[in-house]
Amino acid sequence: MFLRGLDGEHAAYQAFLQKLSAHLRAFLRRRLFGWPDEVEDLVQECLLAMHNKRHTYQSDQPLTAWVHAIARYKLIDLLRSKSGREALHDPLEDDMAVFAESTTDASDARRDLAGLLETLPDRQRLPIEQVKLKGLSVTEAATFLGMSESAVKVGIHRGLKALGKRVGNPS
Amino acid sequence: MKTDDLIALLATDTAAVPRGAASRQIATAMAVGIPLAILAMLLTMGARPDLAQAIRLPMFWIKVLFPAAMAFAGFVTLARLARPGVGARVGEITIVLPLLLLWLTAISAYADAPASERAAMVWGRSWQICTLSIVMLSVPIFAAVFASLQRLAPTQLARAGACAGVLSGGAGAAIYAFHCPETGLPFMAIWYVAGIAATAGIGAALGPRLLRW
Repeated sequence: MFLRGLDGEHAAYQAFLQKLSAHLRAFLRRRLFGWPDEVEDLVQECLLAMHNKRHTYQSDQPLTAWVHAIARYKLIDLLRSKSGREALHDPLEDDMAVFAESTTDASDARRDLAGLLETLPDRQRLPIEQVKLKGLSVTEAATFLGMSESAVKVGIHRGLKALGKRVGNPS
Repeated sequence: MKTDDLIALLATDTAAVPRGAASRQIATAMAVGIPLAILAMLLTMGARPDLAQAIRLPMFWIKVLFPAAMAFAGFVTLARLARPGVGARVGEITIVLPLLLLWLTAISAYADAPASERAAMVWGRSWQICTLSIVMLSVPIFAAVFASLQRLAPTQLARAGACAGVLSGGAGAAIYAFHCPETGLPFMAIWYVAGIAATAGIGAALGPRLLRW
């Protein structure tokens, strides 16, 4: 399914990503049981990273090895930045907020990707918003924004790359 | 943002993706960096004046081909390290093997030589500049390869950086051999290898900083 997605088949790719996100959620939840809130953030980060790096997958290798290597890389990255940050925290603070937050809906990430989206330039942000928020097709978004279809596609493509960078290095 | 929304968004960006991207992008980077390094060698150092005679000697070809072999092994290994979930242990062995071979032959050459010639075999006439020159010549290759790695997905950043260092150091040393007038195997086993080791070390240090994604 992934391979057909790589060849540009929209429906196959979407179905693949659905399965992948469920798999990632289970994979990460087992390893992040201390921080249930982080799981969905990390699932999204991994999805974005795998999408942006999908050219590094080759069909002669097992897909799970590729997926797990990326998930593990992102997981280690998170834990490393956490251990840096957490060392600065006053441990007493932790009783209060943590438990209230863990009830969040599993598929609603805490870190708002929509907020990050705001930081993108218009040429990338508008096509993404039209397609995502209003559910328009690429063709409809192109007419609505008065851009060519390929400009919309390029905008989405570059925007996703930029999002991937910003999610990876919050600064 | 809900994960399902993100998925719907990602699925709209379905430009077909080329296969075999890793080795192709690194090869492209080398195709950019190596001519630049050759140009830098010709402009700043110049090829050795007796090049026409030197290419008939086996020692010249050892000095070119040994580092080139290390660069090639580095390239093959790096193309694997740049892809998630692919092991690279075999590739790392292919980097180390020619090195061991060189050291063994160099030690035997040193042991066979009369004591009066040994110092010349080790120090040559250019040991002060050899290692540094190799590092300098590897810079354009190193930069191009690092830039290509940023578009790929190495998951072990220090190892990938070191491997990029071996690649560019090896290529830089092979290019330097067109300038270098030395003839001793022990000289090469020390100073050439030091140049490649230095770029590998620089790569290992820079990898975790520059290759994060």
